[in-house]
Formats: sequence, structure tokens, C-alpha cells
Amino acid sequence: MPTLLEKIWQAHLVHQQPGRPDVLYIDRHLVQEVTSPQAFEGLRQAGHAVRRPDLTFATMDHNVPTIDRDHIEDPISAKQIEVLRQNCREFGIKLYDLGSSRQGIVHVIGPELGLTLPGLTLVCGDSHTSTHGALGALAFGIGTSEVEQVLATQCLPQAKPRTMAICLEGQLQRGVSAKDLILGVIGRIGIAGGIGCVVEYRGQAIRELSIEGRLTVCNMTIECGARAGMVAPDDKTFKYLEGRPFAPQGKEFERALDYWQTLPSDPDARFDHEVVFDVSDFAPQVSWGTHPGQMTEITGRVPDPDNYADEGQRRAAERALAYMALEPGMPITDIHLDRVFIGSCTNARLEDLRAAAAVVRGKRVAASVQGMVVPGSQQVKAQAEAEGLDRVFRDAGFEWRESGCSMCLGMNPDVLQPGQRCASTSNRNFEGRQGHGGRTHLVSPMMAAAAAIAGHFVDVRDWFRQGKITEEVTLS
Amino acid sequence: MRPFEEFSGLVAPIDRPDVDTDQIIPKQFLKRVERSGFGQFLFYDWRRRQDGSLDRDFVLNRPRYRGAQVLLTRENFGCGSSREHAPWALLDAGFRVIIAPSFADIFKNNCFKNGMLPLELANELVDQWFQRVAAQEGYRITVDLTAQMLTGSDGFCCSFEIDPFRKRCLLQGLDEIGLTLEHESEIGAYEETHREPWQAAVAGQREEQ
Ligand code: SF4
Repeated sequence: MPTLLEKIWQAHLVHQQPGRPDVLYIDRHLVQEVTSPQAFEGLRQAGHAVRRPDLTFATMDHNVPTIDRDHIEDPISAKQIEVLRQNCREFGIKLYDLGSSRQGIVHVIGPELGLTLPGLTLVCGDSHTSTHGALGALAFGIGTSEVEQVLATQCLPQAKPRTMAICLEGQLQRGVSAKDLILGVIGRIGIAGGIGCVVEYRGQAIRELSIEGRLTVCNMTIECGARAGMVAPDDKTFKYLEGRPFAPQGKEFERALDYWQTLPSDPDARFDHEVVFDVSDFAPQVSWGTHPGQMTEITGRVPDPDNYADEGQRRAAERALAYMALEPGMPITDIHLDRVFIGSCTNARLEDLRAAAAVVRGKRVAASVQGMVVPGSQQVKAQAEAEGLDRVFRDAGFEWRESGCSMCLGMNPDVLQPGQRCASTSNRNFEGRQGHGGRTHLVSPMMAAAAAIAGHFVDVRDWFRQGKITEEVTLS
Repeated sequence: MRPFEEFSGLVAPIDRPDVDTDQIIPKQFLKRVERSGFGQFLFYDWRRRQDGSLDRDFVLNRPRYRGAQVLLTRENFGCGSSREHAPWALLDAGFRVIIAPSFADIFKNNCFKNGMLPLELANELVDQWFQRVAAQEGYRITVDLTAQMLTGSDGFCCSFEIDPFRKRCLLQGLDEIGLTLEHESEIGAYEETHREPWQAAVAGQREEQ
């Protein structure tokens, strides 16, 4: 009666000893420029080699320019990128460099390349590594010391996390997407609701979601404090993987399939925690505060801190409203935007761009808004261009960029100016996240697109009802 | 890693829940390629006003908390980004112990890896410590890791829980990479038996770029 997590855990035990954490084997290690330099330096100082360079893959995403790839203005960013190149060369690690057609945000390219497979353990020095769990892998973010440890030993000592099932039943309304699902869940269980747990998402709404939608859901799992999110692999997963560069092929694929089909949690599996939500009444979500748990629906209002019974929550809400410059009781639809950012490892895959483009097609970005679309990878960019999505965005007045993390965290030149307000498809609305003094509202790609057109938040469901959006949109 | 000996330090209180690592060290300071030198950027945006001048109201700028080595704070400290730069900045600024009702998982791990002690105490106890720190200037807490005891300069004390393995690593300054490499033969054996391309091997690298 083991769960998906327990099956993967058991299959990766290298060493088990009472009173110590289990030593797990790590199948895939993804590396990026910000969290790895000190790890490589540590290796050099200790005289360690990289144990399995063939299981280690690198790309640069956080710092990279999204306009002109050849000119990195900030010398410190340039150095970090150069140091990654040198380290990959020295230790024999495959790097998807800036000029590569496979470069992209590490959590977008992992699944895209077929590096992420069901039943694997996958780590990266980045909290949103939880994304990869959407394919049925155990994937989690680690710190730089752990990056060094995995480079040196290909193993990680880990205490076994608790298990949590989040069951999402019911059918999503038109205009409500995977992003709204996960934002709605975080709004309900809170940003510490999953601490110490690995979450398995289950239920009708998850089964009906596309793989890209599941990636969005698992991506934000870290925002409720959980270690990782997972979805049991199914036929959609297998179909998604077929033919990807690093996925098994032919006879090997068949044999892999035999194994993958044994992975889903047994019917009588028991979880340490279980919550169930009916998502059929979920509306599009909009964050009003400075963490992803401060969430409401498009039909809602900015909360009044005085209505919080809990003293800590009340003060947190007051601080958040002051930072966000919002008035208690204000309708969410009255919030006007300066910037719209469609991008990040949460929502910059092809389906996200298709969904946003369906909303945008034939319309114009409001004069007061600067809109920006940053594909999650160069592959996504190429596919989107092949479908003409770039034209839809450009014609509407959006900027169309090269791939990278961009304004998700603004380590490159893409930043909010102090006081600017942004509708963002990314995953974090912390103070200053998108630029010092910047104000971030987390939303889905469709909601961001509609806000860009209207200049303020609107209920994108209305646009569907009113026939302002004519295309069918896949869930994502 | 430096062994964790019994130690006593001035306490600084940050009375906020959910302090995220973007606040502990804003991203513009993540570009260094060294482990050191991050202390000056700790809580950068909270320490300074919009115009760059020091905000004297921010608790760590107040003279009475200068030189603090124990940080007292609220639940879910260290949430958000996995950046180990957050504990590096805290350590570099002098903090070795952080007391809170709860920590984000990755942050907690990162602390232990750097010889820091993230201590989880019940909410009511954390409240107690907050009151005592506020009541007395120069308030210090002594940490006895072996006995798992905290003692304040007014005599208030409480015990704390810690994972026995973590405790041993801290007390002895054990290097986890070294510990894992003790299992070298088991790692090798695992690799021998897991060579399918959906295990600890990758299917032929068909695409070169
Ligand atoms: S897109 Fe944002 S959340 Fe994702 S890896 Fe980049 S910085 Fe992190």
C-alpha cells in the first residue's frame, strides 16, 4: 500500500541506518549560474571530482538578458555566467549555453528535454524544482552545500518527509486555469500549510489537466512550504515523454513504461494528511499582498485587516496593504496596472502563451500598460513563433523577448521601478521581488493578458461569456 | 565545519511571520561567486529607506541590538527561494542561532550545513522570549546544545528538541560529504544495478547543441 513517494524513496535507498537520515541516490542534477559557483569552488578546495557528470546538466537562466544576448551589462552577472561556463568545461558537464536553441529556464527545459522522467529523483539548487514532480518524479530544491554534495557523491542524505494528498475534485470553469487551481489551494491552506510534506495532487481536476498545467501546479507547491509536489504518471505523461531527446526510446521506452505503470500510489495507500477541495466554484485568483497566501478571487475585494481575528495575520495584512498601496474593501477589478509580465517557470510554456494569445488576439494593450512576454525556453519561443503567437502579442503591443527568468525576480535588467504595479504570471509576490519597491499581483496567463488589455483586472470568464474570446483554450 | 560549542549571544527580535529569503538577502546581492561577504547585505531593503539612508527604526539598526548573535523571530522563517546566501548572510553578520516557531525546510537544512542552529520552539515559548528580550536591554541567551537547554540572562530557561543526527553533526563539526563518501561501495553497487536509461543513466544523448 505504498504511495508514489514511498515507492520512489524505496527505489533510491543507498544506505539506511537508524538515527541517521536515509542516503538517497540522485538520478538527475540540474545546475544554474546563481546557486552553483560556491559548490564548484568547494569541490576544487576539497579535491573532489563530479561523480556523475553524465547525470548533471546545466543552463543559465536567472541572470540572462532577454533582449541582446551578446551584451551583459552588469559585470557581476557576466562573471557569474562565465564562471558557470568554466565550471562546466572543467568538470565535463553538459551546458545549454546562451546561444543554444535548448537554453531556457531550468524547470522548463528539464521536462522539455526528457531529462525529467517518472520515478526519478531530481534535484536542483532552486526551490521551484518541485515543478518536475508533475511527471511523477521526486524533485526538490536544495541549497548550495547540497549542490556540492550531489556533485561529489550523487547522493543526498534526507529525512523522509511526511506525505500529503491534495485532492482536487470537480471541473474547472472556462477561464479558470491550473494557475488559479494552485493559487486557490495556497490561499486556502496557507504558505506554511505543507511544511515537512511532499504533496501528491490527485482527483478529477488533476487528471483532466494537461502535463503543462500539472507543471504549473507542482511548480508552486513550494509556496505552501512543501518539499515537493507530485502527480502520478498516466497516459498523458507517457505520451508527453515519447520522442523527447533524453527519454528512453523504442524497446527501452516499452520497458520503462512497464516500470512507470507500477508507480502510482496503491488504491489503499495512506497519507499522513489529506485535504479535498471542490474546484468547480474556483474563480480566477489574484494576490493582493506580499506573499502567495494573501490571495483572493477576481470577484473579491481587498481585505480589511481589522477582520482578522489573529493578531499576527492582522499586522501582516496591514504591512502588506501599506507596501502594496491598496485600500481595504477596494474591489479587485479597480486595481490598475503599470506593467504586465507573462513569463517564468510557472507560466511560460507553450500552452500558457497560447492561452494568453487567445485572450489578446485582435486587441490592444492599454496605453497605460507596458506588457512583456518572455518565453520559458528557446524551444517554447521557436514553437510559439511557428504558430504565429509572437505576432499576436506584438500586434497587440506586447514586447516579445528571449527566454530566461527575466522579471520573475529581476536579476537581469528586467525590473519594476519603485511603486510600479504589475500583473505577473510568476510565483512570488514578495516585497521587492520584481524590483525594489515594485508591487506584484500573481495571476494566470489569461488573467494577465486580459488585465494588460483592460488596464485593470477583469474577470476573464466574462470575456468568454461575452464572446470576446473565440478560441478554445487548453487548460493550463 | 566549525563545531558548535556552548555559546552565549545578544538577542535581536524580528517580530514578523513568514520572513522570506528575498528579504533576508535581496537578489541583487546573489551575484557573488564566493561564500563570504554577504553580511553587509543582510535585510538590505529593510535596513535602508528608499533614498539609501539607514532606517533607524529597523530593529537591527538600533544600537541596543548591535552585535546580536541570536535572532528571535516568528513562524515560517526563511520561506521562498532556496538561496543559501540567506544563511551565509546571517552567519556573516554574526548570527549563529535562530529561534522561531517554525522554519521553511530548505532554509533549515541550509542553516545546519553552515554550522548554524535553527531552533523550533512552541509559539507560547517564543512569545515569552519576545517579552523578555523587549523588557531588558542587553538580553542574552545561552545555548547549551549538549543539554538542549536555552537560558536567558534573567534566568528564564527552556529545553529544545533537535534531531539527534543534526546534533551530533553540529557538536562534532562533521562534514556530510565525508560521511556520505563512507558509503562509497554502496553507491557504486547501486550504480551497477541501476543502469537503465530511466534510472541512474541517461538515454543516448541524441541531441547535440
Ligand atoms: S523563473 Fe523565477 S521562480 Fe522560476 S527559476 Fe527563474 S527566478 Fe526562479
